[in-house]
Amino acid sequence: MIERKELTCIKCPRGCGILVETEQGRIVSISGNQCKNGKEYAKKEATNPTRVLTTTVKVLFGTEKVAAVKSKGEIPKEKLLPAMEQIKEVQVEAPVILGEIILEDLCGTGIPLVAAACVARKRLP
Amino acid sequence: MLQYDLVIIGGGPAGLSAADSAREMGIKSILILERDNKLGGILNQCIHTGFGLHTFKEELTGPEYAARYIDKIQEKEIEYKVSAMVINITRDKQVTVMEKGAGLITIQAKAIILAMGCRERPRGALNIPGYRPAGIYSAGTAQYFVNIEGVMPGKEIVILGSGDIGLIMARRLTLEGADVKCVAEIMPKSGGLRRNIVQCLEDFDIPLKLSHTVTYIHGKERIEGVTLSKVDENLEPVSGTEEFIPCDTLLLSVGLIPENELSKKLGLSMDERTKGPVVTKEMETMLSGVFACGNVVHVHDLADNVSKEAKKAGISAARYILEEKI
Ligand SMILES: Cc1cc2nc3c(=O)[nH]c(=O)nc-3n(C[C@H](O)[C@H](O)[C@H](O)COP(=O)(O)OP(=O)(O)OC[C@H]3O[C@@H](n4cnc5c(N)ncnc54)[C@H](O)[C@@H]3O)c2cc1C
Ligand code: SF4
Repeated sequence: MIERKELTCIKCPRGCGILVETEQGRIVSISGNQCKNGKEYAKKEATNPTRVLTTTVKVLFGTEKVAAVKSKGEIPKEKLLPAMEQIKEVQVEAPVILGEIILEDLCGTGIPLVAAACVARKRLP
Repeated sequence: MLQYDLVIIGGGPAGLSAADSAREMGIKSILILERDNKLGGILNQCIHTGFGLHTFKEELTGPEYAARYIDKIQEKEIEYKVSAMVINITRDKQVTVMEKGAGLITIQAKAIILAMGCRERPRGALNIPGYRPAGIYSAGTAQYFVNIEGVMPGKEIVILGSGDIGLIMARRLTLEGADVKCVAEIMPKSGGLRRNIVQCLEDFDIPLKLSHTVTYIHGKERIEGVTLSKVDENLEPVSGTEEFIPCDTLLLSVGLIPENELSKKLGLSMDERTKGPVVTKEMETMLSGVFACGNVVHVHDLADNVSKEAKKAGISAARYILEEKI
């Protein structure tokens, strides 16, 4: 039996509708995408949907209270909320440098959490 | 009085990109004025990805996208002041600035670029019956709370309006542990990008209630809930469809308008449709030597387009200054 799944590509703001047909978990056809990236997205979305996680972590002694962070790559969608639980416990000390690794491994995905902004250390008055 | 060839008002992506391109054109004397305590503009609070696909061929977060431009400004040693709010501009290009620690200063410019961005529509524009209890915020204010101040506006949330900021906040608050009850949209179609509906609402099973609006706000001190009603094709609430939804926070995502107090003071001709100043293809306003770019001209969906437009404004302002000299 062929299963049909209608997806919306999120790879760019165009947001193409893509039709994926699978048979016993195997992809038999992908249509509607307007570029290669869309095909890749549909393939993954139909089998193992993944997302980049962006959030903030608390900063100690910084000029800002929090620093923006992101997963350095996509993690499985169902790991988003567990990863947030892990990140909640994290506090970093300023200075924070953009790109610096905050957590080595997000929820066993092997993907690190990195800083997506710089925060300077607060100068003592 | 301080003197600069080019004064740029606003240190968001528009102001930064304009400064960068004016310097590329050979303008040495440039000053960027930013009222916030850092450069980057609204991008500092837009921590989600989706920036820079066109300009850098990468999906960056807002702060990362801003950092690319801030780095250029620092490399090129372009001067800027933060915590410096422009309060007036005269037609002969004198700029009055309130600078933290320095007080009022006046700067004479040869050319000016307006890059003040936009702000959210005031909530007063919305007529919902009920008291005005605590717990009602604009979506952008909530974004500032969570992403800059690190505090949550509430735990049980209803979002009215399905523009991109509302959608992005639905996901953000869910990730932080809040219960987002629904996003209500009065129109039959969402104004947000399709990709945001997928990755911000569908990923987390947050209902999008199209053709629905809030018709009553419950609670006196703090909001206790809202009444949601279906609307007909004339956007009028249909009686009998009311549903009470308990919540401690209501976010309003009702759109943005260009920030044009200064442009109006300057007496620039305004475009009724975009709510920004009328500009030529070269991004010059109807006052010679005053240019504008970014969200101050019209609200852009993509920061990439803002940077591109600002580059044009930077080049035009540079040409204006260079021609003056000859
Ligand atoms: C919530 C939200 C989500 C978005 N998501 C995306 C996205 O996913 N992808 C994307 O590409 N784009 C996105 N955008 C759009 C993009 O961020 C904006 O279009 C862009 O930041 C506009 O740049 P700007 O420089 O014109 O304005 P701003 O970034 O608003 O910068 C204007 C600056 O001017 C300063 N200023 C204003 N008045 C004065 C004054 N009188 N004196 C001194 N300084 C002043 C302000 O403090 C501010 O720093 C989003 C926008 C918002 C609001
Ligand atoms: S298929 Fe290609 S063009 Fe269409 S939304 Fe996806 S990335 Fe964009």
